[in-house]
This record gives sequence, C-alpha cells and structure tokens, in this order.
Amino acid sequence: MIPKITFRDVVRTFPVKGGTFTALDGVSLDIADEEFVTVVGPSGCGKSTLLGMAAGLDEPTGGEVLVDGAPVTGPGPERGVIFQQYALFPWLTVRRNVEFGLRLADLPAEERRTRAQRAIDLVGLTDFADALPKTLSGGMKQRCAIARAYAVDPTVLLMDEPFGALDALTRVQLQDQLLDTWSQDRRTVLFITHDVDEAVYLARRVVVMAARPGRIHKIVDVDLPYPRTEEIRLSPEFSRIRNEVWHSVYHQSPAAV
Amino acid sequence: MTVVAAPENAVPARSTPRRARRRGVRPLVLNLVAVALGIGVWSLLSAIGVQGLPGPVTVADRAGELIADGTLAEDVLASLRRVLIGFALGTALAVPVGFLMGWYATARGLLEPYIQFFRTIPPLAIIPLAIVLLGIGEVPKVFVIFLAAFLSSVVAAFQGVVDVDRTLINAARVLGASDRTIFAKVVVPASTPFILVGMRIGLGSAWATLVAAELIAAQEGLGYRMQQAQLYYDLPTIFVGLITIGVLGLLMDRLLLLADRRLTSWQERR
Ligand SMILES: Nc1ncnc2c1ncn2[C@@H]1O[C@H](COP(=O)(O)OP(=O)(O)OP(=O)(O)O)[C@@H](O)[C@H]1O
Ligand SMILES: [Mg+2]
Repeated sequence: MIPKITFRDVVRTFPVKGGTFTALDGVSLDIADEEFVTVVGPSGCGKSTLLGMAAGLDEPTGGEVLVDGAPVTGPGPERGVIFQQYALFPWLTVRRNVEFGLRLADLPAEERRTRAQRAIDLVGLTDFADALPKTLSGGMKQRCAIARAYAVDPTVLLMDEPFGALDALTRVQLQDQLLDTWSQDRRTVLFITHDVDEAVYLARRVVVMAARPGRIHKIVDVDLPYPRTEEIRLSPEFSRIRNEVWHSVYHQSPAAV
Repeated sequence: MTVVAAPENAVPARSTPRRARRRGVRPLVLNLVAVALGIGVWSLLSAIGVQGLPGPVTVADRAGELIADGTLAEDVLASLRRVLIGFALGTALAVPVGFLMGWYATARGLLEPYIQFFRTIPPLAIIPLAIVLLGIGEVPKVFVIFLAAFLSSVVAAFQGVVDVDRTLINAARVLGASDRTIFAKVVVPASTPFILVGMRIGLGSAWATLVAAELIAAQEGLGYRMQQAQLYYDLPTIFVGLITIGVLGLLMDRLLLLADRRLTSWQERR
C-alpha cells in the first residue's frame, strides 16, 4: 500500500547573508493512511518547514514530498492545516470562519450550514458561533481554527503546535477531543508539538528531530492502544516511552547524524 | 490646519458603563474649557490692542454678515465641491493602485519610483504646471487636490496590502482559495484599516491644498474669499475663512473616523 504522505530525502535550504542555511537535511519519512504521527524536536529544527512542504505552502530544494504517491504541487482542501498562530480571519465570526472553506467549495447553502454547525458543535463553540475572534479566549480561537479545518473534511490534518499556547487543562481537553474525533473518523494526522507528553499521548509514532541541520534523530513507536485514556496516561508503559522520547529530545549527542 | 491626520486607534477597551462615562465626559468638558479659554485669551489679546487683531465678537459679526448675504454658503459649497471631488477621485484611484503595487512585484517596481518622486514634490509646487497645462478653470484646482489626496493615500493602501499577515493568506490558500479569492476575501478586508487611515491622511492633504489651489483665478471659495480679504486688509473675513476651514476639516475627519470604527470594529484594539 502506498503511504499517505512520503518525505523522500527532503532537503530545504534558505539563502541567507553570506551563504545558505540548511533547515532540513535528508529527511525521509513515510506516514501511513489514517496514521497519527507526532513530531517533536528543539526549536528551529525545521518542524514547521516540514509541515509547510506537506501542506504545499513551501517546496523542497532537494528530494520530494508525495501525498497519495503524487508530488505535492500546492495546497489543497484535502489537506487541512492548523497553524501555530491561530490564523483566524478577524473580521469574520466563528461561523463565517468555519464556513470559509465550504464557500470556496461551492456547496449548496443548506449543506454548508449543516456542515459548519457540525464542526462548531464538535469543538464546543455552539454558543459562540456568532462571536468575533477578538472576543474569544486563546483556547476558543484554537478550537475555531480546528473546526475550520475539520469542516472541509480533509483526509490529512497537518497541525503545527496547535495547543502550544494553551493552559494545561484546556490542552488536555483538546487532546482528548482530537483523539475522539480522530477515532470516530480516521484521518492521517501529522502533529507538531514541543510537549513530549502530548507527543506520546496522541501518536502511534513519535518522530524526534534534531537541529543544525534539521533531520530525523529517532522514531519511537508508541505501542499503546487507542482509545487513550487517563489510565494510559498514568501507566508505567506510558512513562517508559515518554522517558525514551524525552531522552532523545534533550540528550541528543551532537555527533548523531 | 485643524485636520488630524494621525491614526487614532487608541479606543479604550470596553469597560463598565460608569467608568466609560467618566472617561468620555471628562475630556469633553476639558475640550470645552480649552475652547472657552482660547476665546478668552483671544479677546484679551485683541482688547490690549495687538496690532490689527479683531476680537471674537467682530469675527462673529462678520460671520453673521457673510452668512446672511449667502457668501459663506456659496464659498463653502464651492470649496467643498473641489475638495470632495479631488479627494474622491484621489482615493478612488489610490486604492486600486496601492493594491496593485502591494500584490504584484512588477507593478510595484514600475510605479514606486514615480510615487516616491512625486511624493517629494509638494502638490502646491505643481500649481504653475497645472495652470499652464490645464488652464484656469476648475480642472487644475481639482487636479492639485486630487494629486495631494492620491499621493498620501496610495502609500497607505500599498502598505496595507504588504502588511497583510502571511499566515492569513496561507490559511486561505490551504482552504482552497485562488489568488483572486484571497485578494477579495483576505487582502481587501485585512487592509481596510490602513486604507481608512490613508483616506484620513488624504483628506488632510486635500484640505491643506485647497486654499492654494484657489489661488488659480477662482471666482468663489473659502481660499479665494480669504485672498480677496487680504487685499483689503479685512482680517475678520480671513478669520471666518480659517475657522470655517478648520471646522469643516474636523467634521469630515470625524465622519471618516466614525466609518473607520464601524468598518474595522473587528480589530483587536489595545
Ligand atoms: N524563510 C526563511 N528564511 C531563512 N531561514 C528560515 C526561513 N524559514 C525558516 N528558516 C529557518 O529554518 C529553521 C527551521 O525553521 P522552522 O520554523 O521549521 O522551525 P521549527 O522547528 O518549526 O521551530 P519552532 O519549534 O520554534 O516552531 C530555523 O532555523 C529558521 O530560522
Ligand atoms: Mg514551528
């Protein structure tokens, strides 16, 4: 079976003053259909760059990025992106934000409304559907961004530290909500985070990256069953995997290439 | 010149009604006190006989005469017409040109040198040229005002487009938006605040250019009236003209500010 997303020897360099900066150097990774993969790594190791290429917002300078076996040539509604910054349209209400992609898809008004409503209900923003983003809390903004991505029903979700700016409680709630929706309606998820616990809790595989140049340091399999529960979160097996990931993030030997 | 050109985004956050009222009333009272004080000082200065300075009462009398015989209304209409036409044409052109420059690097490369160059020339310096090329009718007057309004708001529109948050554009792109949709649904709304600021600056420049534009063989208008008054050493009329220009400018600026509040109420204001 062909993987849903393939990174093959991906190199991304940026021209900088006095030469080039290598943000990613030879990254290869296959993500299976309906798989949940998280990426952790130090700041600046190229996580967002990697995700941007899968989204079609950026192109590799070497190697290739494939989705469903075909090279990515640009963004597409079948790949939903949730940005590190919420990126809500501040002049639109929650509902209009969520409907943005549906309007582009030229859906009949009836269906557009029901699908938007379903996505809004799903993230628990029912009572705020007609509010403007400036009146929402950070967690609510992020949920709105998630609803906007879900509404167009993408087969791939690319999430860049979506819960990064949230407090611990909201964070856990949104993690459970995300897993909930994912298990009801499986999609392929590539999820970036700084948080080792989050990475292990959500994923089937955790990709640990290293910086300078950005590359894959290690891939840790998370052999824990879904649905993930608090019990699992507190289990010794979870701690063991978490410690392994933690160790490979924070004690990367500089020589490891 | 009373026209306030600077953006006024410092709207206090919505607080409790009582505090809001305290905040709202105090400045208004202070403003009125300031105006009263100013008139007082003015009366005093003219009373102690500062060379030729007419007092507020004299000026008010003159205003009454000018209103009664219809001169003021005529002048105001003539001036307003020039300012509004010049301003409307100037901003109507500035918005698409600013957008073009912000959106297409080619357009920017082609247009920017001209914009930057003409911006360094005070619109008033164009007057001699305008007279030679366009004659002495309404056209050169409106043209100079148009130029002033255009040049000051085109840069704001351009800056607005350039400053649109990249992530918002990307957010629209990943949802499947074409360039045209992004332009209409993201770039235009996102740069509205800039454009409105540009329009306010443009209005300021339009007013600022008015009096000088009316040097060009005008038959009526506030600037023309003031120049006539100058010939006859008629200071009260000059004062009436100045105050009228100031008040009208302020009113129009407030109107734009109101539109700004309405259209950009979605902005997070700090
Ligand atoms: N347009 C660009 N021009 C030059 N350098 C860039 C550009 N975009 C990214 N980089 C560099 O590439 C590296 C990787 O950036 P990226 O945003 O992918 O990091 P990240 O892993 O997402 O970091 P963080 O965890 O802080 O979000 C950084 O060192 C950054 O400085
Ligand atoms: Mg990042």
